[in-house]
Amino acid sequence: MTTLLEVKNLKTHFFNRKKVIPAVDGVDIKINKGETVALVGESGSGKSITSLSIMRLIPSPPGKIVDGEILFNGTDLAKLTENQMCQVRGNDISMIFQEPMTSLNPVLTIGEQITEVLIYHKKMSKKEATRKAIDLLKMVGFSRAEEIIHDYPHRLSGGMRQRVMIAIAMSCDPKLLIADEPTTALDVTIQAQILDLMKDLSDKTNTSILIITHDLGVVSDIADKVLVMYCGQVVEEAPVEELFNEPLHPYTVGLMESIPSLDGDADRLVPIQGSVPSPENFPKGCRFAPRCPHAFDRCLQEVPSLMSIDGKRSVRCFLYDKEEATE
Amino acid sequence: MTTNVENKLSLSNDEKSEYLLEVNNLKKHFPIKAGILQRTVGHVKAVDGISLHVKKGETLGIVGESGCGKSTAGRTLIRLYDPTEGNIIFKNQDISKMSEKDLRRSVRKNIQMIFQDPYASMNPRKTLKSILSEPMITHNLYDRKGRDEKIAELLERVGFNPSFINRYPHEFSGGQRQRIGIARALALNPELIIADEAVSALDVSIQAQIINLMKDLQDEFGLTYIFISHDLSVVRHISDRVGVMYLGKMMEMAPKADLYEEPLHPYTQALLSAVPVPRKKGVQTRERIVLKGELPSPANPPSGCVFHTRCPMAMDICRKVVPKFQEVKPEHFVACHLFQDK
Repeated sequence: MTTLLEVKNLKTHFFNRKKVIPAVDGVDIKINKGETVALVGESGSGKSITSLSIMRLIPSPPGKIVDGEILFNGTDLAKLTENQMCQVRGNDISMIFQEPMTSLNPVLTIGEQITEVLIYHKKMSKKEATRKAIDLLKMVGFSRAEEIIHDYPHRLSGGMRQRVMIAIAMSCDPKLLIADEPTTALDVTIQAQILDLMKDLSDKTNTSILIITHDLGVVSDIADKVLVMYCGQVVEEAPVEELFNEPLHPYTVGLMESIPSLDGDADRLVPIQGSVPSPENFPKGCRFAPRCPHAFDRCLQEVPSLMSIDGKRSVRCFLYDKEEATE
Repeated sequence: MTTNVENKLSLSNDEKSEYLLEVNNLKKHFPIKAGILQRTVGHVKAVDGISLHVKKGETLGIVGESGCGKSTAGRTLIRLYDPTEGNIIFKNQDISKMSEKDLRRSVRKNIQMIFQDPYASMNPRKTLKSILSEPMITHNLYDRKGRDEKIAELLERVGFNPSFINRYPHEFSGGQRQRIGIARALALNPELIIADEAVSALDVSIQAQIINLMKDLQDEFGLTYIFISHDLSVVRHISDRVGVMYLGKMMEMAPKADLYEEPLHPYTQALLSAVPVPRKKGVQTRERIVLKGELPSPANPPSGCVFHTRCPMAMDICRKVVPKFQEVKPEHFVACHLFQDK
């Protein structure tokens, strides 16, 4: 398999007058062609900032990519000019967001919004673009596509709007689709439709997907590989089945135990103690140490690195350090 | 529930006291106004004839997708909205037509609510102390000293340091704010608490803390909860019985094990199958039933069974006749023609 996107040691920091806020602090991601990778974490973990950094959509100032490379097909996106980046966005990499109403323009018809992309990137004529737009809407499951293109976004429901967003995102056959919480605002039955649609499209067109979510259920449904983020760092990376069968990092374990199950009856949930520290004052050692039930002295002093386990997965925790084991 | 209201009201005293809250055929329709004269041109049937009962000390979960009327139901049954039709019997007293003054005197104190967004439901200019003492002042409970003691006790109970008492809501995190929301609801020693999406805005690790807290408080004070949520796993965890709503109607209601293991209504089956479950090796996942189409508008609901437009099992009769909400197994109610008495 060939690598499509490789993010190396990405650091996106935000600056205000006095403080530096390390929202993303050394993230590595590798996505192969046709692969679906999920980025999971709670609010404030830096997962959305990571995806916005890949798209170079970080408002600057106050934000800045201070270090790292974003290699897309060998080109470092972090070094492109804004003009060059415009050719990549929507064409090679496209993005869908959580709230489809705020990402669609309320005063343009659905048709105008889809054809805009095609006319800009593919240099199509208006007529060709309209024909293609109808095809795209049919592909995402609209039966009355010829009528829908004349409608405005407010006439559509949340699920339909998200399908329009997917149609726009897929219009130029992107190689990578970034989906930032694409189903969070939707009901479960509609969420099931959208996830099925995304899986179908990725199978048919061999598009890679980077999905950002906080819902472990969604992850296990759609992803091939999972990265768990906590406080701006990846704490665990594993193929999806391995992660759910045997989570290694205490944070991943804690997350899984916090979720009530749909099928079993646990008497009591086991929450993670405390709350996520604010990025202004991350703990000195391991960032999870103050909440970790297994923390020992070393965790409070040193920052663990992402250690590879069996060559297949990796974890950022001293519990899996070979030096510790031999002592 | 086919028994009509008169029958229910003539029950013996013993049977009456079994239920803390009983609701019969509750309806809430909102008028749609249009034109220069603002004439009523139709109604949004947000809640369209639901019946339920809650026993003392139990938790009733209400699940449904957005727009199914679950929040309106929650608000109507404690008279934050005036019902269009139907009875609400709280502690053997019909409160559906009670005046606002009587409500405040005898009922409000006993029913409290916890909201989804604790920040939006608190005055940002008030300190924690005045937020918590306000309900006690309104209901004339305790003197100043008694209130301070009560506040200290409440804060400790929900896991707060009493020194936080002069802080403002913005100084707290989401989970802490929800604890304040719970403390405020408890300030009047209520019997019934309606929690409307109380944990939906929280991260999973914080959500688990709040759910555990709510369960502990229930055991300690013998509280009764109506827990409204769209999250089927959370509802299963916290509830004793669960009701499923769709388009203003109750489709199915049963003890939670029954409902989740053997859902009868095709909508409940589809809803449960749609929830993505973190999979482990060897754990069977449900066959997913993907519903076609979208939720119809509650201003113009389909004829017959409201679900027939999306139901994979729809028959002719479903288009014409509204199914009754019937008890098909002990405590297991369902409104579907597949299970109607012939």
